[in-house]
Amino acid sequence: MMARIFDRMGVLGCIAIGFIGIVLLAALFAPWIAPFDPTVGSVTQRYLGSSAVHLLGTDQAGRDIFSRLLWGARSSLTGPIIVVVVTAIFGTGIALIAVWWGGLVDAGLSRVLDLLFAFPNLLLAMLAIAVFGPSLTTAALALAIAYIPYTARVIRSQAMRERNLPYIRSPQLQGISGTVITMRHLMPNIAPLIITGATINFGFAMIELAALSFLGLGVQPPEADWGLMISNGQQSLLNGYPAESILAGLCIVITVASLGYVGERLGGRAAAGRKA
Amino acid sequence: MMSSPIVVKHLTKTFRGTRSSGPVLALDAVNLIVEKGTCMAVVGESGSGKTTLGRIIVGLESADSGTVAVGGRLVSGRATRRERQRRSSQIQMVFQDPQSSLNRRLPVRVAIDEVLRIHSTLGAGPRAERCTELFEQVGLEARHLDALPSELSGGQRQRVAIARALAASPSVIVLDESVAALDVTVQAQILDLLTRLRQEQGLTYLFITHDLTVVQQIADNVVVMRKGAIVERGPTADVLGAPQHPYTQLLLECAPRPGWKPQRGVIRALRDESEKL
Repeated sequence: MMARIFDRMGVLGCIAIGFIGIVLLAALFAPWIAPFDPTVGSVTQRYLGSSAVHLLGTDQAGRDIFSRLLWGARSSLTGPIIVVVVTAIFGTGIALIAVWWGGLVDAGLSRVLDLLFAFPNLLLAMLAIAVFGPSLTTAALALAIAYIPYTARVIRSQAMRERNLPYIRSPQLQGISGTVITMRHLMPNIAPLIITGATINFGFAMIELAALSFLGLGVQPPEADWGLMISNGQQSLLNGYPAESILAGLCIVITVASLGYVGERLGGRAAAGRKA
Repeated sequence: MMSSPIVVKHLTKTFRGTRSSGPVLALDAVNLIVEKGTCMAVVGESGSGKTTLGRIIVGLESADSGTVAVGGRLVSGRATRRERQRRSSQIQMVFQDPQSSLNRRLPVRVAIDEVLRIHSTLGAGPRAERCTELFEQVGLEARHLDALPSELSGGQRQRVAIARALAASPSVIVLDESVAALDVTVQAQILDLLTRLRQEQGLTYLFITHDLTVVQQIADNVVVMRKGAIVERGPTADVLGAPQHPYTQLLLECAPRPGWKPQRGVIRALRDESEKL
């Protein structure tokens, strides 16, 4: 098992998986690991350096940065998870409907997707936030809508190719229903692509949600979130205390890079696996 | 009197083609009758329209004009599901590439079982028995039923595809280059199997191929297609033994065989002559 993962991912991939694992554990067990409450600080404890009590020091409100990073992993992961799941479900659904019905349905859906493409992702998200008010859920759902066209387009083109292969055509000739063929034959064969797409999207979603939080449109203070921490740290940065922004930024970079690398490895395998 | 299993009348099909090629005439008023229990080979080079003919006959594509009747019923490319179901108990297709004709993620049993489920009211037990029976008919063993396609050889996969076609107990099978992807020894085995099945079950074949050796081994009658039209037809021995049309002569001249040396002069002359017609 371990050997197979190593084979598939390589050294860097294993390190990446290790990082993702650490972030996941941090998010899951934050309430138990975190030594301090991430939202409560004390004015007497501002800008402390790293010490045995405050591992990574404190921020301008005297809150423990280590605890905030741990708790921040939660919102920084749940946001992208919402985005990725919603995107995968609707993107795949739209793609499969377009492929199966073809003709006018396909043309119509493709035009709607083209229309969505025309909007910059963040702009679409901000529009939704302007209407529904800033929160992590709104931001995540809005981003999901912006991502659906990308996923749908990739899956549609793959499914289009598969659809013309005899293993799909043959049951169709038998008069087996489109739903059965799609679920039993088409879906499993494009699943690797869906998973790879989701992994790659996760990274993008994380960065863009962090950007939204940075702008104050995602996670709301005093909650802990990496994007929010970068923005909170701005002032401290100018005051000569760069720890908060840098550490939160580092968390985002490492997580996104790890996910991106794992996604590429999976994608490469999925593409090569088709010919094996 | 029973009508012939396949009756094709004046079938015409044009593909839009690319901007540079313009519209492509794939079928040009093709007429064809295949008699019960016989094997009709359709030969021609790539782009001659032979595959399109097969696809229209099974209903994978629709014609621009003309009609196809299988077992006395008209075939339409835009049939309802019920109609396709009914038709599939009449006519089945075996595709060229045994690799892609089976779902690579499911055991091959599923491919057979889903056909039985559509065409019979059998319960799970009898269906499993029928699967085994079909596998034995095509020279596979029951243990192969639970294999993934990747665990079988090309020849075995093609046998599975044949078993799937037989599962609906059709009277006609369209074989589209069904042995082209196999090496020669396996090809011979599959051709033997097909001939045996035809004799045992009184099946009718439409065998689409570019390979004249294969035609000789399996077909009673041949039609030769070029640019969407049938240029020569007749009993296999006559057409291959004494070809009348220069295009048929060209095909025969170009077919590699032991001791064969390409006669460039002859081939060019035949090509020029058939182009003129």
